Amino acid sequence: MSETIDLRAEFENSGVKAVLDELDTEMIGLAPVKARIRETAALLLVDRARKQLGLSTETPTLHMSFTGNPGTGKTTVAMKMAGLLHRLGYVRKGHLVSVTRDDLVGQYIGHTAPKTKEVLKKAMGGVLFIDEAYYLHKPDNERDYGQEAIEILLQVMENNRDDLVVILAGYADRMETFFQSNPGFRSRIAHHIEFSDYTSEEMGRIADSMLGAQNYKFTPAAKAAMDEYIAARKALPHFANARSIRNALDRARLRAANRLFTTAGKVTAEALSTIEDVDIRASRVFQGGLAHERKAAK
Amino acid sequence: MRITQGCFSFLPDLTDEQISVQLEYCLSKNWAVGIEYTDDAHPRNTFWEMWGNPMFDLKDPKGVMMELADCRKLHGDSYIRFNAFDSTRGFETVTMSFIVNRPKVEPKIRMIRQEVDGRSQRYSFETVR
Repeated sequence: MSETIDLRAEFENSGVKAVLDELDTEMIGLAPVKARIRETAALLLVDRARKQLGLSTETPTLHMSFTGNPGTGKTTVAMKMAGLLHRLGYVRKGHLVSVTRDDLVGQYIGHTAPKTKEVLKKAMGGVLFIDEAYYLHKPDNERDYGQEAIEILLQVMENNRDDLVVILAGYADRMETFFQSNPGFRSRIAHHIEFSDYTSEEMGRIADSMLGAQNYKFTPAAKAAMDEYIAARKALPHFANARSIRNALDRARLRAANRLFTTAGKVTAEALSTIEDVDIRASRVFQGGLAHERKAAK
Repeated sequence: MRITQGCFSFLPDLTDEQISVQLEYCLSKNWAVGIEYTDDAHPRNTFWEMWGNPMFDLKDPKGVMMELADCRKLHGDSYIRFNAFDSTRGFETVTMSFIVNRPKVEPKIRMIRQEVDGRSQRYSFETVR
């Protein structure tokens, strides 16, 4: 009988399982994203097995677009994606080059192409992550050099499919208009992955794990305050999911440091790593945000 | 006449695959790679034209190979060499240099003798096509 390949063993030995497990434990929520990544990994594994058995395969198009609101973990997932593709052998080096419009588009005629090429050369063998990709296209200015960068990108995405994977990221609605005005991009991108907002409960867990990573912890009262804070912050404008949480925690640490500095003389390690509820309740979010936001609410 | 300068020049010409492997080695050592070309391979001509700037922060040889392809398109009938620069001493030093492209017909190097100051001989070399 013909040769067989144990997909399960392949899955564990290639290190793909490790990356997926890491994704599961480190990233909270994001169930649809994880499911899509799992599917992609399965496809790539099967493709690889087919290749080993001598069945004809074409290099699959792996360019992706990540759409979602700010702070939903697009960059972090892109970084994991680079590791995953590297273990599966679809990119040779597995590094992530993260760029925005500034890194690709030049300031005067003839400046854009070398700049874009420079970035592409650096990204070869890895993953090129273009954050807020829609800024490349400025419909109101037809002489904008962004178009030139787009053309070079498209060319390389087509011709060097074995050498690099391009991930475009941005907010859903603006990415949609970007794809509509650049149909070439839509057809070259096989995987559109949507990042949904976190629920309040998930954000509470994110806050816990962020603090844990910095060797801090909440008192139970502070935890309750944090949950209230998240609910209040969500209602205010410019809410950026996990990023807002991180900023809030940074400010809470600031207040905790100040509280310790003004009250206590001698401190224990315990006190140095505890966030009390007053540290969180002092936030302006509980008074309805910044001054101009309060005015706007009225 | 086959010009022998830099590494590997006594071996048959490297294929693109072999060049990639050599580049892989350079990049693994964190050396920056620069591309240079010239139509005059006289041994005293040490300054060749630069094809763009040396490439720093590359991870994969493909980036250099892309530039080589561009350079060959324009200067296919010239000498092209890669220089690898090492910066561990605080400034960029060439640690490895090899020719990756040669013209179809390589120029000859001719020795010229000149008699000066009585019967003294002066020797110089020139490239001839």
